[in-house]
Amino acid sequence: MSHYTTTGLEHRKIGFWTFIGSECMLFGSLIATYLIYKGKSAVGPLPHEAWTDPATGEKFNAILNIPVTSFSAFLLLMSSVSMVLAYEAVKHRTDMNWRGRGTIWASSKLWLWVTIIFGTGFLICQSYEFTSFVHEGLTMKRNLFGSSFFTLTGFHGAHVTVGVLWLTSLLVMDYKRGLQPKDAATVDIAALYWHFVDIVWIAIFTLVYLIQ
Amino acid sequence: MADHAHGSDAGAHHGPSTKTYLIVAAILTIITAIEVWIYYIPAIRDNTAIFVPTLLALSAFKFFTVVGFYMHLKYDHRIFRALFGGPFLIAIGTIIALLFLFGKAALHM
Repeated sequence: MSHYTTTGLEHRKIGFWTFIGSECMLFGSLIATYLIYKGKSAVGPLPHEAWTDPATGEKFNAILNIPVTSFSAFLLLMSSVSMVLAYEAVKHRTDMNWRGRGTIWASSKLWLWVTIIFGTGFLICQSYEFTSFVHEGLTMKRNLFGSSFFTLTGFHGAHVTVGVLWLTSLLVMDYKRGLQPKDAATVDIAALYWHFVDIVWIAIFTLVYLIQ
Repeated sequence: MADHAHGSDAGAHHGPSTKTYLIVAAILTIITAIEVWIYYIPAIRDNTAIFVPTLLALSAFKFFTVVGFYMHLKYDHRIFRALFGGPFLIAIGTIIALLFLFGKAALHM
């Protein structure tokens, strides 16, 4: 059941937007830290350019893998679409006049599945990226780039993981008793969180990966 | 009870249609493709004065499109806009202030 404040707005939603505001400041500080340390690493591997260790002569390639990250950014972007479609399907479940009724658009289970699969795909890409970085010699302790990069993207990845678990719980709920319009606020809040991790990645993708 | 007065649809905002969501998705995909495409054009990538503002503008457009349409902030109550916009501006201000204090610009002062 939904609960409303004296403003007439759902109190969980007000609380959640406040939480998202605090998350903005958290990621703002992490992005600021990354940008401050950008280009100040004393040793490689470096994000966009090759580096040779003057002591050993060991060569390190530019470490960022733009094709893989572009693909994962696309996955996360598309998961936002499927999430909003899941929300619409739940919101209009009993609406006889809804144009999507009886079509593929009305299947909240399908869109939740798609969102979870895309989110998991993003996490697989990130795991692959982190693993390959470690194999190429970049760890959190290696240089300033490693420390700030793994902290920023790791925090984001942790948020995506929480999101995938949250959406999985909604999917289980949908299979057990079926999500109804009265659950729209519950799905809406989960969707807000999911879209938030998407917009954070939009910023990270540009500031960390594309701008040199 | 207040609950009954508001009905069962707690989302309670008249957002865009499914068609609009799909159009927005197509626009976001095209912009992402443009971002990656210009990254691979050395003439643009090496020209920082064009490359960086272009990417920042495209990224900001994507950011606010998702916030406006998918997070429904364009259609929702202005309190939600304030709850998001206030901390967002603080975050942007913090990033700019810290870059001036400790970033490359600070080193040249």
